[in-house]
Amino acid sequence: MPRTAKKNPVDNIFSLVTAAASFSVIILIIGILYVLVSESSLAIGRFGIWKFLSSTDWDPVKESFGALTNVYGTAFTTLLSLVIAIPVAIGIAIFVTEISPNFLKGPIGAAIELLAAIPSIIYGMWGLFTLSPIMSNHIEPFLKKIFGSVPLVGILFQGTPMGIDILTASVILSIMIIPFTASISRDSFNLTPSVVKESAYAIGATKWEVVKNVVIPYSKLGVFGGIVLSLGRALGETMAVAFVLGNNHRITTSLFDAAATITVTLANEFAEADTDIYLSSLFYLALVLFVMSFITLAIAKFFLLRAEKKYSR
Amino acid sequence: MSEKIELEVKELDFHYSGNVHALKKINLRAYKNSVTALIGPSGCGKTTLLRCFNRMHDLYPGNRYQGEVIFQGDNILSGGTDLINLRSRIGMVFQKPTPFPMSIFDNIAYGLKLKGVRKRAELSEKVEKALVHAVLWDEVKDKLGANAYELSGGQQQRLVIARALAVDPEVLLFDEPTSALDPISTAKIEELAAVLKKEVTIVIVTHNMQQAARISDWTGFLMLGELIEFDRTDKIFTAPSEKLTEDYVTGRFG
Repeated sequence: MPRTAKKNPVDNIFSLVTAAASFSVIILIIGILYVLVSESSLAIGRFGIWKFLSSTDWDPVKESFGALTNVYGTAFTTLLSLVIAIPVAIGIAIFVTEISPNFLKGPIGAAIELLAAIPSIIYGMWGLFTLSPIMSNHIEPFLKKIFGSVPLVGILFQGTPMGIDILTASVILSIMIIPFTASISRDSFNLTPSVVKESAYAIGATKWEVVKNVVIPYSKLGVFGGIVLSLGRALGETMAVAFVLGNNHRITTSLFDAAATITVTLANEFAEADTDIYLSSLFYLALVLFVMSFITLAIAKFFLLRAEKKYSR
Repeated sequence: MSEKIELEVKELDFHYSGNVHALKKINLRAYKNSVTALIGPSGCGKTTLLRCFNRMHDLYPGNRYQGEVIFQGDNILSGGTDLINLRSRIGMVFQKPTPFPMSIFDNIAYGLKLKGVRKRAELSEKVEKALVHAVLWDEVKDKLGANAYELSGGQQQRLVIARALAVDPEVLLFDEPTSALDPISTAKIEELAAVLKKEVTIVIVTHNMQQAARISDWTGFLMLGELIEFDRTDKIFTAPSEKLTEDYVTGRFG
């Protein structure tokens, strides 16, 4: 007797529930985007897109708002934190995959994951009470003494080291993103076929040469994807940065100046947004961050997918 | 016998980490400018033995050698051996082609650069020589800058052989070099081995008994970590001394 393809009713309900759960995510994203756009429509109408993005004004009194100082602060702290984090993270990944004895791999991996598990508010508090004084009393004066009078580089190290500034915020951010970059780099490095590594050893390469010429080129797509993913996280980080960045709507070139990121502005200013256009501009700013994060994530996914394809060949 | 011995294995014992006794009291010779084949059923230790010759086992912790492998008068298993130098004198080609993620030219030049060759003209000359040697030159001379992964499997394997040849090794170790290749590519590699032995000593691990019979001068038959018989290839395949060898080469097991 042939079996009919009739579905089990429990199966049907199960499919429906899981589908509903999945679609709710899509609906949620569309809903959030809708709210951001509709709440910021007043500001979009007043300032347009280009003018809002290119204006350095952030003046609640004159009701003139532009995103540039915030975008600049976000980009500056994010990129600086990547510059600090990437070498450390890749160093960790190389050590764990190629150099460390087996019994150390577990504990180091666990420590990195723990670093990722610390709530960002705790990083912020630690930054404000511990790191900031160290930066302003020791590290920043030291950097200023060395680099302050060097042409070109010197402009990064002007002003009074206060400890509440771009450099301190970037250091905190970098500590927060190291776990992501390190663990994705580690996973990418592990995908290098051991026989390819062995062939490099077999013609007389040293460990360092194998890492530099085989492991890193082989896994660079994955590592790059991991870096962009970390960048996305750094873009959106709020609490840790809010404590140590100050809230300064100016374009500054010195690492010792306070600045504002989009997230910090949003966290600080909603309570005092007393006019419709102020409120709407804050939503507009949030929309800009949403789009920036979206693009970053799309780029990361693109590279990680390409990396996956390459390895599965 | 008048032939000169290139590699001499004396009472070699090898343990993998975890005390797995993989090779037991192996005694064997590889004569200069000859091809020595290592045959035997899966897991018999033939690849393990091959990997002792360039100390590949040192990459993984816990492996132990006992006994001696004499290469040009020195015991390469001794503690003072410079592995980097040893591996540039004893090259290795693996089961699957293993080009590096770089251009065809850079793949060949890699070993030379590691040895400190920096001059562009010298590199070019040696790269061409190695590719000609590995009978790949005509196929790739117009695309030396192309990524090595664009080559076919057989071409990649000849590229890897050229890469090993570029540093002028004295011995080449082949670990089932044709197991991932089609019959035509396999034939090319076998022809190549016959030519190459004029300049280097070859030790080849193979699963394919016809291949061993076709290209080797000497054959060692291993089983369960022991060398059952070692003799001239024609003798092993026509009149072996051991019953086990005869059973294996006639296909009664394996």
